[in-house]
Amino acid sequence: MHVFADPTNLDAYLSGFLWILKLTGASAVLALVLGVLLAAFRVSPVPVLRGFGAAWVNIFRNTPLTLIIFFCYFGLYSTLGVGLSDDLDLNNFWLGVVGLSVYTAAFVCEAVRSGVNTVPAGQAEAARAIGLTFFQTLRIVILPQAGRAVVAPLGSVLIALCKNATIVGTIGLIEASSVMKQLINDNGDAVIPIFLVFAGTFAAILVPTGYFFGWLANRLAVKR
Amino acid sequence: MRMKRVAAVAAAATLALGMSACGGDGDSGSGSGGAKGVIGKAQSQKKLVIGVKADQPGLGIQTGSQYEGFDIEIAKIVAKGLGVDANNIEWKTTVSANREPFIQQGTVDLVVATYTINDERKQKINFAGPYFIAGQDLLVKADSTITGPEGLDGKKVCSAQGSTPAKRIQTDYPKAKLQQFDAYSKCITALEGGQVDAVTTDDIILAGYAAQSQYAGKFKVVGKTFSTEPYGIGLKKDDKDGCEKINEILKTAASDGTYKAAWDATLGKSGKAAPELDTTKLTNCGSV
Repeated sequence: MHVFADPTNLDAYLSGFLWILKLTGASAVLALVLGVLLAAFRVSPVPVLRGFGAAWVNIFRNTPLTLIIFFCYFGLYSTLGVGLSDDLDLNNFWLGVVGLSVYTAAFVCEAVRSGVNTVPAGQAEAARAIGLTFFQTLRIVILPQAGRAVVAPLGSVLIALCKNATIVGTIGLIEASSVMKQLINDNGDAVIPIFLVFAGTFAAILVPTGYFFGWLANRLAVKR
Repeated sequence: MRMKRVAAVAAAATLALGMSACGGDGDSGSGSGGAKGVIGKAQSQKKLVIGVKADQPGLGIQTGSQYEGFDIEIAKIVAKGLGVDANNIEWKTTVSANREPFIQQGTVDLVVATYTINDERKQKINFAGPYFIAGQDLLVKADSTITGPEGLDGKKVCSAQGSTPAKRIQTDYPKAKLQQFDAYSKCITALEGGQVDAVTTDDIILAGYAAQSQYAGKFKVVGKTFSTEPYGIGLKKDDKDGCEKINEILKTAASDGTYKAAWDATLGKSGKAAPELDTTKLTNCGSV
């Protein structure tokens, strides 16, 4: 473990994982909001909105994330001039968040939509019968029940998001996987231990996350 | 319980397989004369695995399955001197960040990839050469006002993650904003788009990019080098014999014209005259 005894290496390791956590946090919030909105679009009675939601999911769910992140830098920022911050690292960070969010939103949308399908049709019909509008029905009756059903799948999406955050390294944010590459480059004799430390750190973050979501899903499940 | 054990064995087997699978042909097989290291391998197997760059025009660039450039020609000269035909060289693409591990793990026998000789690396591997002396420089847009590294304050400069030039910017010019990509080609794209103000690495690599037809007239190399980058040939740390042999081969190449021919066929096409290979500067291969 001589590699991590060196304070500069330890700092790099910590800052790498800090970026991962920041990317995950910011993208999770954005993707959840976007994803729920897209799911609402996809179950709405408005054909234009339905088409928009379906197009979003089909485009972003079927494009490799590597390409999306690459496009965020070289398409959005380079070609279209969308700069998100004057600070170089923060700019790369937010470009990465945009890419991760639009990609993950597609998965969130599909998870939420599958949750909507677990709500018996009678619930929606009853809501309409007492005079609620479509969005009221969704907000007050359907989504609260659907949300309970999708806790576990959303947990999986969050775990995938955290690991996917490493891809932002390709546009120059020195996150955990970039740090790992550099440490391996500087310590070719300690490749396996370095790899195990980084993989282990991810596991240490994500295994409890998985259990937490499993527990939450059980607690919130609608007992029918 | 039983299932658990089976799973554990399976996992262990997978790991072991995985680890052996990425090792490559790492044994420095003893040759007929009992020679070890790269000489032994060249003698006994008549083939070599050489790590080269794949994205540096003029030095090491891959088009389809073919590699070409000055580094590639030097590698061929060295292989020929070791008794290995150019057709029996297995080229392996390396990036700046994986050269030492590739050598240490035996994934490649030699590395000829714009590989700067420095003390930090000498701790881990051995260097033959240098076969060329480059210097870190800046590539800027043709109309840029940057005249040297001092002009980088507050400017965005791009380099490859984990490379020597990137580290030098961080330590010597901390006021510059450093954007690091995993490949120089991305830096060039960003420079063209104006997201970065300069790209920094060795002058000769930058010249190779500037000379590409699609960038004709767009960029200029500032021409004020702020480091000395002797390019060496990397091999295993304990392979002193191999290193000395390669230095002999380089000496011969300098005197019989093959070195100049290698230059003329690659980087020399830009009209730059062939450098002199200074045989007095060759490394002592780790001997004190």
